[in-house]
Amino acid sequence: MQGRKIFKGKVSGEALVTGEDISFYGGCDPETGEIVEKGHHLEGKSVSGKILVFPTGKGSTVGSYVLYALKKAEKAPLAIINRTTDPVVAVGCIISEIPAIDQIEIEKIKNGQKLEVDADNGVVSIIE
Amino acid sequence: MGLELTKEEREMLGGKHGKATRKAMEIITTLGEIYGAERLIPVSSVQIAGVSYHNLGEAGLEYLSEMAEDGHARVLTTLNPAGMDLDEWKKHGISEDFALNQQRVVDAFEKMGVITTCTCTPYLIGNLPHYGEHIAWAESSAVCFANSVIGALTNREGGPSALASALTGRTAEYGLHLKENRAAQVKYEVKTKLNQTDDFGLLGHIIGERTGKTIPYITGVSHATTEQLKSFSASVATYGGVAIFHMEGITPNRTTVPEKTEVIAGEDLDKARATLDDEGAEIDFISVGCPHASIKEIATIAKMLEGKQVTEGKTVWITTAKPTKDLAIKMGFYDTIEKAGAFLVADACCAVAPLKGRFTGLMTDSAKACFYARGKNKFKTEIRTVEECLKEAVS
Repeated sequence: MQGRKIFKGKVSGEALVTGEDISFYGGCDPETGEIVEKGHHLEGKSVSGKILVFPTGKGSTVGSYVLYALKKAEKAPLAIINRTTDPVVAVGCIISEIPAIDQIEIEKIKNGQKLEVDADNGVVSIIE
Repeated sequence: MGLELTKEEREMLGGKHGKATRKAMEIITTLGEIYGAERLIPVSSVQIAGVSYHNLGEAGLEYLSEMAEDGHARVLTTLNPAGMDLDEWKKHGISEDFALNQQRVVDAFEKMGVITTCTCTPYLIGNLPHYGEHIAWAESSAVCFANSVIGALTNREGGPSALASALTGRTAEYGLHLKENRAAQVKYEVKTKLNQTDDFGLLGHIIGERTGKTIPYITGVSHATTEQLKSFSASVATYGGVAIFHMEGITPNRTTVPEKTEVIAGEDLDKARATLDDEGAEIDFISVGCPHASIKEIATIAKMLEGKQVTEGKTVWITTAKPTKDLAIKMGFYDTIEKAGAFLVADACCAVAPLKGRFTGLMTDSAKACFYARGKNKFKTEIRTVEECLKEAVS
């Protein structure tokens, strides 16, 4: 799938997919990577080490620093795939150097699938 | 089309001006690409949010320290409120630990050449752009005031993107930097009299909730002071997503007048007041100065507190910018306020200071302060005029 580069990098790993938007500030524990927003589809799951696939970000601009905190705690997602990346997540990925791509039809990605992300060229491939 | 950069901008992106400038340029150009900007434009003024250690945390501080290694502000840059009065924090009950970390945040900004005065009303203390000037501000109430009341042009920046503008002197040309995105979309006819700052906050609450991100054109407000407009700006930005409004006869931007019209009556104001007044609120905290109090407001407050004494068990914070506090000291207002047992707190505010668990009920004239007191600090709230707030304090 061809999308648009938000921040460069090449990784492969397991997809963690949700159809719900994510607010990193207040919605994700900066120390563990666990989604803590009440009632969120991913509540209780950790984004750490996953290729995190979600429609777009929401909430406070402090969310960018939460991504940075996750990176420093080695709990960051491996990469981020969005339908549309919002500025909070985009800035978070740039300052934390997390590979990110948007303009992807995220419905085509299933939870647990293995993905290859080539953010330099904006390409996401489903391996298995 | 794509984003076109000048030679200097390409050099910044390439790392010729150092690591921090490169990172800053990556942020600016990526945002520009996401929003379809065709070029970057110079900004003459920056205001950075994400200053309270309470919100930033250790990771945020680490990022700032990294940027401070070789980053330097190219334009006039000031800061949003910190979590404490940078001088008198101790007597306001702030812990040593917090104070140390907060000071590290401020030091990192100072190293980058930022003017480290911490206020949500930069326009009152010398960071004042003029009509038509492009700027990059982050504090939502100040963004709304700058776009609407002053007629400067800014998007609502986040902490890192505002810092990026400070270090590069640029922002990407999209959103509210383009005239076509600043036109009013819905007309609100105010059919009731607005008296004090609290009423303007309530109006912001009503319009914010109704309008969301659509740009309001407000009629029926015959007169408004700077203080009332800052209260309205804060509230409308907090309860909606709005970063610009038009107020007939008061704000300077030209716009077409929308057909679609909504009416705001006295009962709407009453309803808004009722939603911000929690049942069974026991008031032990009174705070005025959200957004930061002007010298005019402080003069009035000092007069009201003269010879009075704050009741035991109640804490009063009048929050303001440091230069305004210095002026209040010179004029004797500070002494009058503090002699009455209230605090004139600089640099901080009741929304970003670490106050959770210290109080149970907040009385304030600010609709915005109610929002943060409830959400972050779990206080119950009541919204009143400044005079009523101070009466409660000394009752």
